[in-house]
Amino acid sequence: MSALRVPVAPARAATPVQGIMVRVMLALVPATGFGLLLFGWPALYLFATTVLSALLFEAVCLRLSAKPVAPYLQDGSALLTGWLLALSLPPWAPWWLGAAGSALAIVVGKQVYGGIGQNLFNPAMFARVALLVSFPLEMTRWVNPAPPFSEHAPGPLEALGMTFGQAAAIDGVTSATLIGYVKTELSQGRPLSEALASGQFGLGAAWLGWIPGSLGETSAVLVAGGGLWLIRQRVIGWHIPASLLATVAALATIFHLIDGERYLGPLWHLASGGVMLAAFFIATDYVTSPSSPRGQLLFGAGCGLVIFVIRTFGGFPEGVGFAVLLMNALTPVIDYYVRPRIYGRDAKGRPLKLPEDKR
Amino acid sequence: MYILFAVISLTALGLALGFMLGAAARYFKVEDNPLVDEIERMMPGSQCGQCGYPGCRPAAEALVAGQAAATLCPPGGKALAEQLANKLSLEIDLAGLKEQAPMVARVSEATCIGCARCFKVCPTDAIVGAPKHIHAVIADACIACGKCVEVCPTECLGMHPVKTTLRNWRWAKPEPMAAGA
Amino acid sequence: MAFPGFKLTWQGRRKIKGGVHLESRKEFTADKPIVSDLLLPERLYLPLQQHAGQPAEPVVRVGDKVLKGQLLAAGQGSISAPVHASTSGTIVALEDFPAPHPSALPAPTFILEPDGEDRWVELGPEADPFGLAPEDICARVDAAGIVGMGGAAFPAAIKLSLGRRTRIRTLLINGGECEPYLSCDDRLMRERAAGIVDGIRIMLHSLGCRHAIVAVEDNKPAALAAMLEAARPHGFIEVAAVPSLYPMGWDKNLIRYLTGKEVPANGRSADVGVLLHNVQTAYAVQQAVRFGRPLIRRVVTVSGGAVAAPRNLEAPLGTLLSELLAYCGHRPDRTVRYVMGGPMMGDRLPHPHVPLIKGACGILALSAGEIQAEDAKPCIRCSRCVTACPVGLLPLEMMSRIRTGQTDAAVGFGLEDCIRCGSCSYVCPSRIPLVHYFKYGQGELMARREAQRKTEETNRLAAEKQRRLERTRQEAAQRKAQAQAAASGGAP
Repeated sequence: MSALRVPVAPARAATPVQGIMVRVMLALVPATGFGLLLFGWPALYLFATTVLSALLFEAVCLRLSAKPVAPYLQDGSALLTGWLLALSLPPWAPWWLGAAGSALAIVVGKQVYGGIGQNLFNPAMFARVALLVSFPLEMTRWVNPAPPFSEHAPGPLEALGMTFGQAAAIDGVTSATLIGYVKTELSQGRPLSEALASGQFGLGAAWLGWIPGSLGETSAVLVAGGGLWLIRQRVIGWHIPASLLATVAALATIFHLIDGERYLGPLWHLASGGVMLAAFFIATDYVTSPSSPRGQLLFGAGCGLVIFVIRTFGGFPEGVGFAVLLMNALTPVIDYYVRPRIYGRDAKGRPLKLPEDKR
Repeated sequence: MYILFAVISLTALGLALGFMLGAAARYFKVEDNPLVDEIERMMPGSQCGQCGYPGCRPAAEALVAGQAAATLCPPGGKALAEQLANKLSLEIDLAGLKEQAPMVARVSEATCIGCARCFKVCPTDAIVGAPKHIHAVIADACIACGKCVEVCPTECLGMHPVKTTLRNWRWAKPEPMAAGA
Repeated sequence: MAFPGFKLTWQGRRKIKGGVHLESRKEFTADKPIVSDLLLPERLYLPLQQHAGQPAEPVVRVGDKVLKGQLLAAGQGSISAPVHASTSGTIVALEDFPAPHPSALPAPTFILEPDGEDRWVELGPEADPFGLAPEDICARVDAAGIVGMGGAAFPAAIKLSLGRRTRIRTLLINGGECEPYLSCDDRLMRERAAGIVDGIRIMLHSLGCRHAIVAVEDNKPAALAAMLEAARPHGFIEVAAVPSLYPMGWDKNLIRYLTGKEVPANGRSADVGVLLHNVQTAYAVQQAVRFGRPLIRRVVTVSGGAVAAPRNLEAPLGTLLSELLAYCGHRPDRTVRYVMGGPMMGDRLPHPHVPLIKGACGILALSAGEIQAEDAKPCIRCSRCVTACPVGLLPLEMMSRIRTGQTDAAVGFGLEDCIRCGSCSYVCPSRIPLVHYFKYGQGELMARREAQRKTEETNRLAAEKQRRLERTRQEAAQRKAQAQAAASGGAP
C-alpha cells in the first residue's frame, strides 16, 4: 500500500519538465540572437534585466509561499517567461519596463494563481498587455534596426545610459511598426499600395526581420524555424500553430481580395508583429491552452480570428497579446466542452448502441 | 387620467396574481415536506440513534431544517454524507470528516450467556441465535450502531474494525506531490 | 511488411488511438527455450481463488493424499473455476497464506507436500474433440479449471459458452504480448504452435465459428513464422502482424485494429461478434479437451535486472515466486521491486513469497535503474497523457479532480472507462503517478457502490424487522382480544 509510482517506467521515457523548457529556449535562440544583433547594446541590457528580474521575482514568491526555491527555479519556467516577455518588448525600452513586466508576469500572472501549472493566463502575454495599457508610449516606441557599430547605433556605455539612465533614444531612429504605419496611413486616406510603396517596408525584409519591431519578433523566418524544430522534437503539437496561422492567412486573403487597397495581404500579416511568436511559442503554452487536439485547433483558430480583427478593425496596432489572453480565458470552457471521444462511447459520452443483429 | 388607469391596472394585476397564488397554495398543498421523505429514504433506516436524533426521520427533518450537518450519520459514512450534501446543496468538508474505520460487532463466544437481549435491540436483525444459545453476528448486515454493546450484560459484544481482505482492499491515495502544486 | 508470404488481411483495419512505444526488453528471455523440467519444490501453495469471481469450494480434506491433476476445490456460483493438485502428495494444511496481490493479504490456500512420484490421477478418456458437442467441450474446459492466462483470469468456459447465446463471427487469439520483458507467449508460439492451432480449432468448433485471427506483434518474427506455418493447412485461421505499440494487447484495441469494430462502453466484445482468448489459454484448452489434463502448470517469464539468468519457465502452479526467481539467479540485494505480470499493468508485490497462480504471465525482480523513482512535480498540462491515452480520456483533468476528492467529476471525465494501462504515467514529464490516482479513484467508486448496496440492504432489513414487530404486536393484541372474548363469552 506504499506509494506506487509508475509501475515501471524505464528512465528517460518522457522529456522531463526541465528538458522541455530547455528545448523551447534553444528554439528561441536564433530569433533572440538576431534581435540582439539588430538592436544592439540597449536590447541586450533590456533582455538581461527582464530575464534576471523574472528569476528574482520567482525566487521571492517561492520563498514567500514556503516552497523549495532551487528545484522550482531549475524547472526553467520563470526563465522562459522572462525570455518571452523580453522578446515582445520594444528593444530600446528602459530597464524598469522590463522589470515591471517581469513582476507582473511572475507575481500577478503566475504565482498568485499558485505557481507553475495553475495560471489561467499566459504570464508573458499578461504582462505585455498590462504594460501596453499602462505605458502606451513606452510600449510603442520602436526603433529602426541599428546593429552595433552601425551609423546610429549607441555604444555599450551610451546604451547603458539609455537603458538605465534618463538619456533619451536618439532622435531620427524612432520609427513605427509595419502595422502601425499602415494604420496611420490608411487613416489619412492614402491607399495601401501607395503607403507601402513610399514606406521603408519590403516584404522580404519583413520576413527576414530587418524592420522595426519588438526585440525578438521581427524575424518571422527565424521564429518559425525554431517553432518547426519544436514540433519536430514533439515538444509542441502542430494543431495550435497550424490553425492560428491558417486562420490569419485565410482571413487576410479574403479581405485582401475584397479590397486590396484597404487590407494587407496574408504574407504581410504573417510576417509582421508577433503572429509567428504567438503561434509557435505563446499560444502553445501548455498551461493555458486546451489539452485535446480538437480543442487546440479551436483555440488556435480563435486566436487567429481575434488577432486579425484587432489588427484590422481595432484601436490597437497589434492584437496578439489580447487575442491570446482572450482565448486563455476561454480555455477552461473549451476543455469542458471539447473532449476526445472515449472508446465505446459517442461524442456526448453515451455508450455506443449495441449491434442489433444478435442471433 | 393616465395615472388612474395605471393604478387600477396594477391593482387588478396584483389582486389576480394574489388570488392565483392563494389558490395554488390551497390546491397543490403538500402535507409533508417531500424533501424529508426523500432524505429519509436515503438514510440507513435502522433508527439506530447514533446521530443523536431519535430515529432516521427526525434526523432527516433536522437535516432539511438545517440543524444538522450532512456528516451526521456514522453508519452511512462518507458516501452518504456526499449524497446528502449533493441533495441539499450543502458545502461539506469531507477532508475534515475523518473516515472512521468501518466497524463490525463481534460476539465473544467465551462470555456469551445466550440472554437474547442483543438481538432484540438490533435494528437490522444482524444477530442470530436463540435464548440460551451462543449468538453470532452476520457481519454483512451489521451497521455498527453499537446498540447491542450497550445492552450486553457480560460485555461479550464488542465493536471491532472490519478486517481488510482481498475483497475490500483498495488502492491508497497517492501521496501529495512534492511541495504541493 | 517485413515478412513476405504472410496471410494478411487489411480489410477493416483501423487506426488505433494513442499508445506509447516502450523498450521491449524481451531480448533477455525471448531467445532461450522454455525450461519445463524444474525440480518440484518442497511445498506447493494453491489458493482457492486464482480467478475472477467466486473462490472455489474445497472438496478434499487436510491429510488427504492426492494425485497429480486431482480436483482439490470445485468452482461455486456462476463465475468460478476449480483448482487441481499440481503434483501428487499430501494436503498438509488449508490455511491463510499471502496471496499474489499488491496487498499480499492472506487468503485461504491449500498447502501440498509433494511425494516426489508426480503420479497422475486417472484422466478422462482421450477423445476426438471434433466429435464432441460444443456443450461437452465447454464442460471439459470448465472442469479443467482453465482461466484467461493473459492476466485477467476470467474463466474460459464462460466465454466459450457465450458463443451459444451470441453469434461469434471471429475468434481473436491474443499473442500481442505488448508489455516489456514478457516473452512467455512468444516462446510458446515458437515451440508449441501446433498445440495452439489445435486449441484454436477446438475453440472454433465449440463456438460454431468459422474464422480465427491470431494477432502477433510485428517484433516477434519467429513466433509469427511458427504460427503461420502451423496455421497453413487451416485456411480459416489467419495470422496477422500487428504494430508493436503499447497497449496493442488491450483486447479492444485488437478488435478495433483487426475487425474495425468498436465495443460499446456498456457491452462486451461478444456483442460485436468477437471473442478473445490468449495463446496460452488456447494451448491449455487443447491439453484439456484432447488429453483431459487440467490446468496445473503454466509458462511464465522470470526476468528483470536483478535476475542473473532470466528464462521462461513452465512451472507447476503453486510454486513460490521466490523459488522460481532463485532458480534464475535472483539477486535479492539488487532488487528494489517485485512485479507479477508485466511492468505496466502487472501488480507490484511487497515480497515474492507468494504462489504462482493461473493468471501470472511474468515474475519480475527489477533493479534500481529500471523503475521510476523520481518525485512527482506539479502538472504543467502538457497534455502528453491525452495523446498517449488509448481510450481517449483526459488523464490530467481526471487526476486533478481525484486529487481534490471530486470523484464524481472524475467520473464525468470517464474514470470508469480507464483501463489502467499506465501509458499516461509513462509519458508524464512531471512524473505524476496518474494511473495510481485512477486505481485509487476506481477503488473509491467500488467502495461507494458497496456502501450504497449496504445501505439499501440495511433499509430492507430494518423495514422487515419493523413489519415483524408490528405483526407480533398485532398477533399479541388479537390473542388478548380472543382471550378476553373467550373469558367474557365463557362467563354466564
